[in-house]
Amino acid sequence: MSDALDIALRLIAVFVAFLVFPLVIGQTEHKVMAHMQGRLGPMYAGGFHGWAQLVADGVKFAQKEDVVPAGADRRIFQLAPAVALLPYLLVLIAIPIGPHNAVGQSLDAGIFFVLAVMGVGVLGSLMAGWASANKFSLLGGLRTAAQLLAYELPMLLAAASVAMAAGTLSLPGILDAFHWWWVPWQIVGGLVFFTAGLAELQRPPFDMPVADSEIIFGAYTEYTGLRFALFLLAEYAGIVVLCALTSVLFLGGWHGPFGADGLGWLWTLLKTAILAFGVIWLRVSYPRLREDQLQKLAWTVLIPLALAQIALTGVVKVVIS
Amino acid sequence: MTLAAASHGFLSPTGVEIAFLLVGLVTLGAAVVTVITRQLVHAALWLVVTLGGIAVEYLLLTAEFIAWVQVLIYVGSVVVLLLFGLMLTKAPIGRSPDADSGNRWAALTVAVASAAALVWVVTDAFRTTWIDLDGAVQGSTEASGRSLFQYWVLPFEALSVLLLAALVGAIVLSRRNGDPEHTGGRKPAGGRRPVGDRAPAADRPRSGGPARTREDRG
Repeated sequence: MSDALDIALRLIAVFVAFLVFPLVIGQTEHKVMAHMQGRLGPMYAGGFHGWAQLVADGVKFAQKEDVVPAGADRRIFQLAPAVALLPYLLVLIAIPIGPHNAVGQSLDAGIFFVLAVMGVGVLGSLMAGWASANKFSLLGGLRTAAQLLAYELPMLLAAASVAMAAGTLSLPGILDAFHWWWVPWQIVGGLVFFTAGLAELQRPPFDMPVADSEIIFGAYTEYTGLRFALFLLAEYAGIVVLCALTSVLFLGGWHGPFGADGLGWLWTLLKTAILAFGVIWLRVSYPRLREDQLQKLAWTVLIPLALAQIALTGVVKVVIS
Repeated sequence: MTLAAASHGFLSPTGVEIAFLLVGLVTLGAAVVTVITRQLVHAALWLVVTLGGIAVEYLLLTAEFIAWVQVLIYVGSVVVLLLFGLMLTKAPIGRSPDADSGNRWAALTVAVASAAALVWVVTDAFRTTWIDLDGAVQGSTEASGRSLFQYWVLPFEALSVLLLAALVGAIVLSRRNGDPEHTGGRKPAGGRRPVGDRAPAADRPRSGGPARTREDRG
């Protein structure tokens, strides 16, 4: 009985995190972007500094008509937002937040699970892009696919470097093996991973698939109402997942200068929040790359860097063992 | 693995075995739909279901590592590549009248024959082998890695050399188009005049090269 209760509690905790954190990041983005641009951002919804703006947005989205274009492939069009969103929910299950088994489900091949399932999320954008029967959507879908193929490899290689260092693929296992000097040792891999993750999420400066000045809103052009909101939610859930993963793999997760036992989860959240702030900052301050510049960056910079990181990891690993 | 078939009936219906059978049926159904559907992109999406079903089967056989690699490589990369290709050809929404092939009887024969051969070999090899689900995990990453690099390291290396050769070959094939000596009569498309000292032949490999090599990653 307590087993079932334990599992249920963990799943509920993961689900609550899945519902709350993306909204927190979305609200932070509203406010941070506004202040960086000399505005105030939302100020009215909820009373205190517009804290309920995203709740209000959600209500607004739910009220809108759910339009499916006449020429669209109905079922795939309607299924796409779920395919885009659900993988991030699954990924959250495997990310440890604190020591002593504070994780939804400890997986033996956690890194592979996380990267594999995150890759599936991109299928949602592809389905949306194709099924909309709209040339801008199709272009967005094509760009999404090209981007994914370019960025999956450096991401995997960077993650493999950490797995080599720790000698395990399990995310809690990696954190158990962590020492502070891993941060400078794996820093190149960390940068590659984070950059590649940004590209996988289609966040600026890698947001050509949704480039609004060129192709309206890419694969999501034809979406309205709740389904559109689900795609947006997927983007913010993706930011949560990427930042949490980067902090777990490269920044030591729940390890901190002090209080790692009781306050470990706070360290994880703090690192995740700082990384998420960086993601928002990049959106405000960086111009969008062109598609060919992105491909060039991936194939001529990130992949060699990731391979060099793997070589470095291997050499250090052999020397110290 | 334990050789204790005597203590198990043939297909004694435990929960895992029932789940295995059901997932297998779904996978088989999705595979059949993949082949017979007239809508090209639907075929690719049913392929996702098929490959995902196989990953679930691996999970039920406690081969967790293989299962996630299956999802990562096949669902995450190969199907994305297929969809990418289909989108480039502007696959229409709705039925494609030319999606059928005159070779379907030959294809069916080959498919049935290879399926029969596989089923026969696998049942013959593993009929009396049972996975102990309550004991230590037998398909863990550590176990897979150990067996791969202790007993199968030579085939593994041969495969990696083969893949490397394919990669190099793809790069060579895609670069030759841009080489001025080999283009022969094929001139750049009309209207594309060299601007300044940047001849089109010089910058074409850069835009054309990676596009081809990407296809090799599947």
